[in-house]
Amino acid sequence: MASLIAILDLKGKPLILRTYRDDVPTSYIERFMPLVLDLEEEGQQVTPCFSREGVNYMHIRHSNLYLLALSKRNSNVAEIIIFLHRLVSVLTEYFKELEEESIRDNFVIIYELMDEMMDFGYPQTTESKILQEYITQESHKLEVQVRPPMAVTNAVSWRTEGIRYRKNEVFLDVIESVNLLVNANGNVVRSEILGAVKMKCYLSGMPELRLGLNDKVMFETTGRTSRGKAIEMEDVKFHQCVRLSRFENDRTISFIPPDGEFELMSYRLSTPVKPLIWVEAAVESHKGSRIEYMVKCKAQFKRRSTANNVEIYVPVPDDADSPKFRASTGSVQYAPDKSCFVWKIKQLGGAREFLMRAHFGLPSVRADQDAEKRAPITVKFEIPYFTVSGIQVRYLKIVEKSGYQALPWVRYITQNGDDYSLRTAIEKSSAPSVPM
Amino acid sequence: MSFRAGPRKGENYELSQDLNSEYRDKRKDAIKRVIASMTVGKDVSGLFPDVLKNMQTDDLEQKKLVYLYLMNYAKTQPELVILAVNTFVKDSDDPNPLVRALAIRTMGMLRAEKIIDYVSDPLQKCLRDDNPYVRKTAALCVAKLYDLKPELVLENGFLEQLHDMVSDSNPMVVANTVAALSDIHASVTSQPDHSPDDPAIFNVTTSILNKLLIALNECSEWGRVAILGALARYKTEDEKEREHICERVIPQFQHVNGSVVLAAVKVIMIHMRGIRREDLLKQFVRKMAPPLVTLLSSPPEVQWVALRNINLLLQKRSDLLQNEMRVFFCKYNDPLYVKVEKLDIMVRLASDNNVDALLSELKEYASEVDVDFVRKSIKAIGQTAIKIDSAAERCVNVLLDLIATRVSYVVQEAMVVMKDIFRKYPATYEGIIPTLCANLDELDEPEAKASLIWIIGEYASRIDNADELLNMFVDTFTEESYPVQLQTLTAVVKLFLKKPDVSQGLVQRILNTATKDCDSPDVRDRAYIYWRLLSSDPAAAKGVVLAQRPPISLSRTTVSPALLEELLSEIGTLASVYHKPAETFIGRGRVGADSVQRKGLDLVDDQLATQKALQTVAAGQQSENLLDFDDVLASDSQPSGLAATTIIPQTPAAANLLAGTSANPLDDLVSIFGGGGMTGTPSAPQNPLGELSFGGDNGFGSPINSVPPSQLGASSVTSPVQTQKPQDDLLGLF
Repeated sequence: MASLIAILDLKGKPLILRTYRDDVPTSYIERFMPLVLDLEEEGQQVTPCFSREGVNYMHIRHSNLYLLALSKRNSNVAEIIIFLHRLVSVLTEYFKELEEESIRDNFVIIYELMDEMMDFGYPQTTESKILQEYITQESHKLEVQVRPPMAVTNAVSWRTEGIRYRKNEVFLDVIESVNLLVNANGNVVRSEILGAVKMKCYLSGMPELRLGLNDKVMFETTGRTSRGKAIEMEDVKFHQCVRLSRFENDRTISFIPPDGEFELMSYRLSTPVKPLIWVEAAVESHKGSRIEYMVKCKAQFKRRSTANNVEIYVPVPDDADSPKFRASTGSVQYAPDKSCFVWKIKQLGGAREFLMRAHFGLPSVRADQDAEKRAPITVKFEIPYFTVSGIQVRYLKIVEKSGYQALPWVRYITQNGDDYSLRTAIEKSSAPSVPM
Repeated sequence: MSFRAGPRKGENYELSQDLNSEYRDKRKDAIKRVIASMTVGKDVSGLFPDVLKNMQTDDLEQKKLVYLYLMNYAKTQPELVILAVNTFVKDSDDPNPLVRALAIRTMGMLRAEKIIDYVSDPLQKCLRDDNPYVRKTAALCVAKLYDLKPELVLENGFLEQLHDMVSDSNPMVVANTVAALSDIHASVTSQPDHSPDDPAIFNVTTSILNKLLIALNECSEWGRVAILGALARYKTEDEKEREHICERVIPQFQHVNGSVVLAAVKVIMIHMRGIRREDLLKQFVRKMAPPLVTLLSSPPEVQWVALRNINLLLQKRSDLLQNEMRVFFCKYNDPLYVKVEKLDIMVRLASDNNVDALLSELKEYASEVDVDFVRKSIKAIGQTAIKIDSAAERCVNVLLDLIATRVSYVVQEAMVVMKDIFRKYPATYEGIIPTLCANLDELDEPEAKASLIWIIGEYASRIDNADELLNMFVDTFTEESYPVQLQTLTAVVKLFLKKPDVSQGLVQRILNTATKDCDSPDVRDRAYIYWRLLSSDPAAAKGVVLAQRPPISLSRTTVSPALLEELLSEIGTLASVYHKPAETFIGRGRVGADSVQRKGLDLVDDQLATQKALQTVAAGQQSENLLDFDDVLASDSQPSGLAATTIIPQTPAAANLLAGTSANPLDDLVSIFGGGGMTGTPSAPQNPLGELSFGGDNGFGSPINSVPPSQLGASSVTSPVQTQKPQDDLLGLF
């Protein structure tokens, strides 16, 4: 429950605010930034929520904005924080970018949305597709008045009735993101696969869908034996359209999909993954004059796959200058704003291996030598037609009253997660143990 | 128009002209400009009548803007709001449900005395509207009305109507009805003098329960949160019912919305309490783990909320997540507040099997740039050493590696941690003392210095040049901070008791300086006590100063068991992330002794109640305080008072008790002696002597506390159960 929600700029000035309850005066918004600064000054962490004089401040950051909710009660903070994130995503879908400028330009519609998304401090509708049906950017013609879509209050609150397509099609994207942490000795410390099944649904009417995966638990509970590999998903999350009790009972994924694009489910596997793209850097640092890198990159997946748009970010000291690069493939750029250089390889074939060398100058005088950041090497990539986990869509059954035929299309892709990083060894000790 | 007294020119005048324009577009544009001015904080309340004229329109967007304006300024222009009533009432009859809902929603927000009485009729109609969208809006409007004028809700029978609406055919209406009833319930029960059979109290009955369980699977994510909240309050009758609820709620773990997951966890944690079937409990805990881990892939703020809650859950069920430590490893780009919580949880999950992985991670963190994080990582190494005996040596080696880096703050933090390890494993790692002493010159923080001095004093007999080392500190005695002074004093006395021949002069000098030139009463008092002891009975001095210290251990809980249960019933709320009971932060005064007592703690007398209150609050404030004692909590339900007294609590009661003391618990004890202590009730102390060892082990204000079987030093002293000679001497001192 929130009494008030405001979007603030970096200085803490409210750009737009909406009061839902009377118990917290709007003047408390202006106290937020000073409180944050006080906390920072006292060397304390600024946590997403804190309490002062009986008022609770709950906030999130989104680029250069704060989204702040205030409350006087012992509110459900998980609900409020997640609501604030939802507000960001709804506004982003409406205006592409959510920033000071777009808020100022669209205040009317933001007020409308805030009115619709929350009532008396309780979140209501946060599905942006449904909201877009009755809160639109063009003002309505006077003759035709919009009405609340049935969906807002239906049991099926995510789909309107009467959708028609000439060609009924479904596209499934199975996307797996690999998060991985390799320590300086070359051991994988932590790895996980975050998978997502995204759908683009162009189906008429109210279709009933059933999705079959090579889910090990399902095979076990139904007593069927699988041909080929079955995977064990550790945790599965579903879009609200999926019937959870059904899944709990017999692992059937059955649902009436929303129209258009949405994420049907996500899953997590913590089976150990070996690094698909292995990078190691030998660093030779001559304090006060230069620093040299030799980076090796190896594609550790099958020859028939190819990784696209590989980007390897190797951190360098903040004050490195005059870069010189030599790479056996791809291109290398210095990104001083990120204190790293980026090695880009458009296409990296499976089981291939490449080398690159970098040379930087270092200033002869150094301010403070112990404040040396040791950021890890990070890698971005995309491997199409391939999933690390081995997940497979066995079938997608589509049943609709009118009995049309619809074809599902499935595509697989594996990519880096938000944390695919390889730690570098401490400089000067000429990096890893593997001979180069 | 007589009431328009505004200026004849300027922005507002222009706006007012446009608002009264004959062209529709111009009027609408003017309204937008008014709202724009309102948004940037300009006062446009003077335009109230002009804006009001534009209320009757077919343009929905314009209507919404006017309503928005009314919501903002109704309070400042109460006598004018009445003019809007007609339109509102008309709108609540509009053929378009969107308009009807909008009207009823806005009317509830106007919060002007005058208009309230006009709300009843339209609300009555809207509650029975055909359209569920209108009904769900009307349901919340009842809660709004209750907030403003409870009598009105009661008189019009709106409460009964809400109760009927729990059986509505539409799950969203059910959800909002539950939200409204719960909201009303919360505001009634927050009143201190509410009667238990106030009609506004929302009791979840068995018939409601079944309706809620059905609606749960069908309503939107936010509706589920509301319904799960009500399910958590249901008083179950028997075990079967509890199992039934748990089984129906568990599928919600698969929901993508983290607040639904946490709300489901809350319901399970509450109803699990009455379930005795071990296999079922194990199954629930097993199913709870994966969704909690998945929450760690959310945005950082959500992660933080999840981590704070996981921390609580682990205090209750240490078997939850026992194989999942690696998922808590910090990511390089995690915000600091997330990293700190992860560290805490990692130490909680540390075991023989994963300690190597943990140590290598912690060592990695200790070489990062953020000083705060580095320090906390080093602390975590120390906590691991204390938690897992078999890994202590590996921890010490890591610490030695870190000390070898000679980075000032790393060395200092490692020194503090080392002292704790020496306390836990006495006489095990003496070999490294020379290495520690070699870093003496690098120390400039009081806590690090005090730690090293404590180590020197403790092992004085085995350090050849202990007297030289301590001499250095005695030379600069008056310039040091009080904690360092206290430690120096104690260390020198220890040295004297161990090697009297080499330190006779030293001890004379320090007792002189401390009693004469020192401006801290704590230091002076301690010096006097030592002086008296040494001069009257050296044997007693030995018994006191060199007494065996009780062992330290890592506690499983940071809050008292009763508070933990309370917080587990609040999973997902602010209380659960602050680790404090709601009364401490929602404004109606801070937690007092009696409010804690009301929570059904088994308290024998008021003194204990106060102690418990102090401890509860203090423990809550020191939520990062992992090193705490648990033996006491296990052995009996006696409150562990010292935890409360070593930390400087912020409650008024505590402030009285500890008035004017520094971070030295010795003084806390003394002040207890001076206070109610002497007349305190005897509470069967077992080892008062251990408590009164003036070895100064507690003198760091460090998170480690000793584990005295009885904490209330005060009552201990007045009831000499185990009469021992040195203790008698001590009593003589007072």
